[in-house]
Amino acid sequence: MTTAIDGLSTQVPYARRTPKALSDKIFRIASLASAITVLTLLAGILGAVIYGGWPAFREFGPGFLTSSVWDTQNDQYGALPAIAGTLSSALIALVIGVPLSLGIAIFLTQLAPAWLKQPVSTAIELLAAVPSIIYGMWGLFIFVPLFARFVQIPVSQLTEGLPIVGTLFYTRSPSGLSILTAGIILAFMIIPFIASIVREMIDQIPSVLRESAYGVGCTTWEVVRYVLVPQAGVSIIGAVMLGLGRALGETMAVTFVVGNANRLSGSVMDPGSTIASRIANEFNEALGMQLHALMALGCILFLVTFFVLVAARILVAQVKQY
Amino acid sequence: MSTAVHQAPAASSGPVVWNRVRKSRRTQDAALRITATGFTLLAISVLFWILGMLLWEGFTSLSLEVFTRITPGPGTSGGGLANALVGSFLLTLIGIAIATPIGVMAGTYLAEYGKTSKLAETVRFINDILLSAPSILIGLFVYVLLVQPLGGYSGWAGGVALAIIALPVIVRTTEDMLRLVPNSLREAGSALGAPTSIVIRSISWRASKFGIVTGILLALARIAGETAPLLFTALNNNFWFNPSLMGGVSNLPVTIYQFASAPYDNWRDLAWAGALIITMAILALSLTARYILGRNK
Repeated sequence: MTTAIDGLSTQVPYARRTPKALSDKIFRIASLASAITVLTLLAGILGAVIYGGWPAFREFGPGFLTSSVWDTQNDQYGALPAIAGTLSSALIALVIGVPLSLGIAIFLTQLAPAWLKQPVSTAIELLAAVPSIIYGMWGLFIFVPLFARFVQIPVSQLTEGLPIVGTLFYTRSPSGLSILTAGIILAFMIIPFIASIVREMIDQIPSVLRESAYGVGCTTWEVVRYVLVPQAGVSIIGAVMLGLGRALGETMAVTFVVGNANRLSGSVMDPGSTIASRIANEFNEALGMQLHALMALGCILFLVTFFVLVAARILVAQVKQY
Repeated sequence: MSTAVHQAPAASSGPVVWNRVRKSRRTQDAALRITATGFTLLAISVLFWILGMLLWEGFTSLSLEVFTRITPGPGTSGGGLANALVGSFLLTLIGIAIATPIGVMAGTYLAEYGKTSKLAETVRFINDILLSAPSILIGLFVYVLLVQPLGGYSGWAGGVALAIIALPVIVRTTEDMLRLVPNSLREAGSALGAPTSIVIRSISWRASKFGIVTGILLALARIAGETAPLLFTALNNNFWFNPSLMGGVSNLPVTIYQFASAPYDNWRDLAWAGALIITMAILALSLTARYILGRNK
């Protein structure tokens, strides 16, 4: 509409027409260029990790994904332990973080009295504002010793020698540094993201639906189970995947507590490493092929998080509009 | 209101069978209430646990020296964080100075020009992805873009890396805030003969300036504590850095990272002091942003 009026005004013979029209054009082009900058950034990140990781992909081929060797002496590198660590720590974060986030979203939308809503939601959002490195320090100095003493040691004693459970939970070195520790810290880091999106979704559901359910005598549980969840639908999965995207790429907190071990272990109680923690640890001392291998790890991380985040955005966009 | 509605029948006593059905429903409902409240309490207590830890460990390490002396070398006593604080301040400033004009303009494009066009939808989608992209990958990108070609770490590379993290936050909030400006205001401007750029600058921006500033504050809060992207760009420096910002530039997050798990007591104390300073600054920024947003809603 504004453009139509502009078109009119430019036809009017007027002394100040030309400079105004020019500055108008410049402004438009500047804003378009800024928008395109955003597009090129993502392409640039992908280009950079492919460019940097290419020699490693060429050298090791598809075997890079399945090899668990990380030998800086002989320049042999494989991504499997880091990929496994990334996926398992992110999965643990979801298993713990998703129920917590849903609980918080339900509390904030259904249970909290009006005066409590604002302070509680501020506190939850501040969890997202705390820098990752602070989570790392809390993890390393407070959580890790407690975890080693009250979880790792008893669980290891309990599961030693047992089939399956023993493989999954037994560790010979109960230092507190493990994939599971990283997963637990990650869970608290992704809570604010999942909780706030789910909360927004619930708030968008027309209150008449909720009120009519309460009106026929439904309990809060029944309203959540039979009204809110079906209404929010797949977009809840989108919110979860957004949390997953965060957990996959989180670096500093994980680097502090994951133990940074290069070998592959079947137990979540053993120290391990994630793609991000391995890059953070080794990048500055890396030379030659090791640098390329770390870049290749970055490329894998980019592709995995990109697809998770794209899927998340598409699912979140499925939320019903009223 | 909801509680009043469905708690009322619980008081009356019905037939035996009806009572039994209701009891299972009540148990189910109570379980949900207790779990949801418990989960919320757990998350909040983690926040206060972290803040309590920072206050406890940080305050005992805070002193005037922290602000006046530079980071100590290995094995020396005392020292402060002066160079790291100044370096962090500069890096954050560079980051926000680059991200603000590009971000505000891009957000303006989305809200005022592009709207629902294909290009605008794509930019919006990619911006949302960038918003949650792993920050360590942005560090790798800037390493390939600016550190390798220039032959070394620099504060400029660190600033650019922070700018890339701040940008999507600013784009998103600017667009959201501009969309809240009623169209009738723009139409009034156009009706007076103002070209689109003038309408945007003197009407849309002016109407949403608090919102845009909030976005910039949120972006500041986001990048002030970022560590991962600085590891491969600005690195760190235990001395006063070169004023041209070439070479490693000392900064608070990487200093905390290096000092926290160090074997020297004074390093660890400084890491706690730095952690307290940075977290309080970030929480203050976030709360200010929320306050401005709440007041102008």
